[in-house]
Amino acid sequence: MTLDGKSPSGPLAAKWDKHKFDLKLVNPANKRKFEVLVVGSGLAGASAAASLAELGYKVKCFCFQDSPRRAHSIAAQGGINAAKNYPNDGDSVYRLFYDTIKGGDFRAREANVYRLAQVSGSIIDQCVAQGVPFAREYGGLLANRSFGGAQVSRTFYARGQTGQQLLLGAYQALSRQIGLGTVQMFPRTEMLDLVVIDGQAKGIVVRDLVTGEISSHAGDAVVLATGGYGNVFFLSTNAKGCNVTATWRAYKKGAFFANPCYTQIHPTCIPVSGEHQSKLTLMSESLRNDGRVWAPKRKEDCAQPVSSIPESERDYFLERKYPSFGNLAPRDISSRSAKEVCDEGRGVGPGGLGVYLDFADAIKRLGLNVVRERYGNLFDMYEKITGENAYERPMRIYPAVHYTMGGTWVDYNLMSTLPGLFVLGEANFSDHGANRLGASALMQGLADGYFVLPYTIGNYFASTKPVKAPTSHPEFKKVEENIRLFTTKLLSIKGKRTPTSLHRELGKLLWEKCGMARTEAGLKEALRRIPELRDEFWKNVNVTAENGELNQALEYAGRVADFMEFAELLCLDALQRRESCGGHFREEFQTPDGEARRDDENFSFVAAWEYQGSDKAPVMHQEPLVYEEVHMSTRSYK
Amino acid sequence: MNLTLKVWRQKNGQAPGHFETHQAKAVIEDMSFLEMLDVVNEGILDRGQEPIAFDSDCREGICGMCSLVINGIPHGGHQGTATCQLHMRHFKDGETITIEPWRAKAFPIVRDLVTNRGAFDRIIQAGGFVSVNTGGAPDGNALPVSKTVADTSMDAAACIGCGACVAACKNASAMLFVAAKASQLNLLPQGKAEKDRRALSMVEQMDAEGFGNCTVTGSCEAVCPKEISLDFITRLNRDFGIAAVKGR
Ligand SMILES: Cc1cc2nc3c(=O)[nH]c(=O)nc-3n(C[C@H](O)[C@H](O)[C@H](O)COP(=O)(O)OP(=O)(O)OC[C@H]3O[C@@H](n4cnc5c(N)ncnc54)[C@H](O)[C@@H]3O)c2cc1C
Repeated sequence: MTLDGKSPSGPLAAKWDKHKFDLKLVNPANKRKFEVLVVGSGLAGASAAASLAELGYKVKCFCFQDSPRRAHSIAAQGGINAAKNYPNDGDSVYRLFYDTIKGGDFRAREANVYRLAQVSGSIIDQCVAQGVPFAREYGGLLANRSFGGAQVSRTFYARGQTGQQLLLGAYQALSRQIGLGTVQMFPRTEMLDLVVIDGQAKGIVVRDLVTGEISSHAGDAVVLATGGYGNVFFLSTNAKGCNVTATWRAYKKGAFFANPCYTQIHPTCIPVSGEHQSKLTLMSESLRNDGRVWAPKRKEDCAQPVSSIPESERDYFLERKYPSFGNLAPRDISSRSAKEVCDEGRGVGPGGLGVYLDFADAIKRLGLNVVRERYGNLFDMYEKITGENAYERPMRIYPAVHYTMGGTWVDYNLMSTLPGLFVLGEANFSDHGANRLGASALMQGLADGYFVLPYTIGNYFASTKPVKAPTSHPEFKKVEENIRLFTTKLLSIKGKRTPTSLHRELGKLLWEKCGMARTEAGLKEALRRIPELRDEFWKNVNVTAENGELNQALEYAGRVADFMEFAELLCLDALQRRESCGGHFREEFQTPDGEARRDDENFSFVAAWEYQGSDKAPVMHQEPLVYEEVHMSTRSYK
Repeated sequence: MNLTLKVWRQKNGQAPGHFETHQAKAVIEDMSFLEMLDVVNEGILDRGQEPIAFDSDCREGICGMCSLVINGIPHGGHQGTATCQLHMRHFKDGETITIEPWRAKAFPIVRDLVTNRGAFDRIIQAGGFVSVNTGGAPDGNALPVSKTVADTSMDAAACIGCGACVAACKNASAMLFVAAKASQLNLLPQGKAEKDRRALSMVEQMDAEGFGNCTVTGSCEAVCPKEISLDFITRLNRDFGIAAVKGR
């Protein structure tokens, strides 16, 4: 089956306006008759829930943390892009669009990306109006900085806490609606399944994480804004709780999953310190504005103190290989370069898995105070974790899993292949192609929630007139029963291995076979071992205590169970994509100088997977990527 | 290093609680405090017992989920450090560490070290926002904001809503939390229109939630992982006073 992304016709720049005009509207008095279930309270979920409630819809919002303010978006550090062109340095909607689609290695849908760039300016305006304290210049106007993959300064920021401030802005808008009674909020509540009736998404089944109670919520539409699946690798920069459960279970109910193999490895993270490691910490990409990445030229220097390595013996490998972007080369390219250096035995720190990020020149050029003003909190964080002072010696960094471009397949309206199921933010696959540029995820999450879904969901209600199905419908009861059985089963195995140890083993396997570089043989091996590990999980996992109470091991085991299944789809997708593009690097497909070799003739499509049941292989569908406006060039950052 | 942990265990809000002793063996300096607890929990699970429940998510000191009183001090007493960023290099071999949940009437215990901080959300719902709907906002640069004001507002906005301020206060007052949010918004031109209303509603909700009174002892500032300044409390007191005089 060929999938239709439903990009509107007409010239690129006019598509969204035309589409907005073509969308059917719901009259203000009728909006309150529609109930929307928003799962997730990150940037995408909170902005959507607040905006829909402001329009008059009845909204319920769910998150698994104890408060919507704690969604993982809070951890974003660096900034958010917008084509405001305030610095007068040549930015425009078209340039942001072009940079994003090129950064994504020409594997994203053109019309979506253009719309994202178009609404980017309104996001900044909205956030400023909410009281988000963005960084400002002395004249009182908003400050900008540059980020990887761009040659203009279009990134807005709030110190190193941009995600926090944007999320609190959205959380406050959401809180205002909760206070007004238009949104009902369910914290510490985990969605465990989607309910589909007559082919339409009609509700969800959730577990109250405090009481263990399984219950149903019915709605006219379901919105998943449940974040990314990076934690399938066990170690990533994501928060501990991030998981694939919501989108995976929706996949098993018929929502196609797109491009799972597009995973982003971030070049600047604090290296692993030992087996106990529970997560990895990102050092914001903004550091690459002023920090210089290098490794010793000679292996023998790796163990030497930095001060004893003369300038001539240092290899500033990004500046050497990519002179026009230098330390700001995109993430996939920077990560792979660091891996190459370490593979050559020139890595520094424990296990030789690290390279330097050096601020000595920046401190000389700008002074200690300016560097402290720009990055102080990041330097503090580095010191807390490593015990080292990065003002005096370079940071050590190494790539880590950071973001997932793949996700539930959605059309231009952000609706999945299941009518009534919309998917926003990192949970969908829509805008970043095979690689996401820095500061673009916050932009996308808020674009989806503030400025896209509020328009497109109305069209669904007005044109479909969805049938009502209350929670007393037998399908709800059936799904609830299945979830109870699933929970009972996890608790009854009482095996010998903790969910953590099984998850860690899965993560290691994926990192080795499906991480920064992938091969056919490696992927096949992973595909052989994942089912074995899954068997081991279901025979030997150990979850103690009961269901009827707060049981964190049980919550976690359920998420690991889904990762065990999802990992297989990820590898299958990586195996099928016999090309290298963006974050997906297949060693068989590279240029003589080691750059990714794309195959536009055979692979310029979105791979959307359809579930066929637990005992059958999934079926891959294609959405062809047609570029009306841009020419698919080879990415070059040299 | 090897450590002895005295951990507060409580099955739920109604059940009585008690201290339980656990040994943390072969702890490594580079572990975070929570990673040390993860390892202890792995051992507990292996013995078929119930792991210690504690909240955490981002483990980068920004989500505000982690919330342990360590040796009597919320977040353990290292300046500007949340529990998840506290590393074991600060402890000594053989040490005994006491671990308790936040203690405050307005934060009821859910289980073990996990509490319910919904009261904070309800304070924000009462007025911790600017009343603007999506769409129609003027250009971001339409209204210049002096860098000093923006920076001070950001200092207040850095609050992660963890509740350590309440846990540290002998009266379990939430003033630092409320003052930080009210000041952030009251300082900015975008928040000025609702300044009076905001100060009154947030304080009223704070009182209704059962938080105690502020006597400005400064224990909140001392434990705040984001080092939010007591000055904001002065600011809120002033904003509240003016608003109260004006009446609503
Ligand atoms: C350390 C770090 C730094 C980053 N820095 C930047 C940056 O500078 N700029 C940038 O643009 N991007 C950055 N990113 C990426 C960006 O932060 C994320 O992609 C984005 O915030 C995701 O937002 P979201 O709303 O899609 O999901 P999230 O913020 O992850 O929210 C997911 C929500 O879904 C809920 N949820 C999930 N599953 C369930 C379930 N089953 N039931 C109920 N609720 C559920 C959660 O409780 C949560 O509320 C960074 C990411 C990381 C990890």
